Amino acid sequence: MSTATEHAEHTEHEQHGLTDGGYIKVAIILAIITALEVSTYYVDFGPFFMPSLMIMMVAKFIIVVSYFMHLKFDSKLFSFMFYAGLVLALGCYFAALATFQFFS
Amino acid sequence: MADTAVHEAHDAGHGAHVTSTGLSNNKLAMWLFLGSECLLFGGLISTYMLYRGRVANGPHPNQIYDIPFTSVSSFVLLMSSLTMVLAVSAAQRRNDQQTNLWLLVTALLGSTFVGGQVYEFTAFYREGLGFTTSLFSSSFYTLTGFHGVHVTVGVIMLLVTRSIIQKKRVTGDKAESVEIVGLYWHFVDVVWIIIFTLVYLIPA
Repeated sequence: MSTATEHAEHTEHEQHGLTDGGYIKVAIILAIITALEVSTYYVDFGPFFMPSLMIMMVAKFIIVVSYFMHLKFDSKLFSFMFYAGLVLALGCYFAALATFQFFS
Repeated sequence: MADTAVHEAHDAGHGAHVTSTGLSNNKLAMWLFLGSECLLFGGLISTYMLYRGRVANGPHPNQIYDIPFTSVSSFVLLMSSLTMVLAVSAAQRRNDQQTNLWLLVTALLGSTFVGGQVYEFTAFYREGLGFTTSLFSSSFYTLTGFHGVHVTVGVIMLLVTRSIIQKKRVTGDKAESVEIVGLYWHFVDVVWIIIFTLVYLIPA
């Protein structure tokens, strides 16, 4: 009995993040967003084409990083390590692209 | 203070060695590596964005991209992230059989993606898009090629991890080893999410 309780506690302690069912739900959401992304190739979204694609891309990025990579449940230091690199890259390359007048 | 550090190390590292941060050094190193990888892929994506319109006499991106085919490849890679996280979950439950199964499925899905990329490159080459045809082709092959190499390295990591687990030769924490390989795999998926949108779906 005590062994079973210890095992249950240990399992609970070891597992951080969602349950397997939770991960499957997240994957279904990702698949739906991907289908919507692909639909923009066939359906004319007019002025919403670019913003909707950007929003869906960022949403998928955040969902994978937060849930599949466990950043939502892990130490903030891991988030800092990753997002510091990401922000540095974004700042650096936005500046580089602006220098080459990419946005004009 | 020391007690707190020990407790945190146990919490974060699943019984790993005590560290000054209270976190697993291996996991911290992987996150640091992934942060630096953002700079690598950021540079490659920016270069592609700058040169995607410079087609010279070669084919235009919109003429050669096969969106339905690439969409299926993207879906395969996305689903490999699900199987990877299920492998991590099984490793945390100490279920070696399921861990090995999901690692194998992930490796197979990754191999399918790489196979698709090889097919795509071959088709593009036959349509006249060589590596030195134009600035567009050079930046396209460099970006997607680098990503393909990352996926291939990931597949090797998955198979090696599976083999080590099967032979019961994991020296440290098994769940953490699988989780670290998983972090790399998910990162490769995340990079493809960006490439798929910026390179394939947004017309040049």
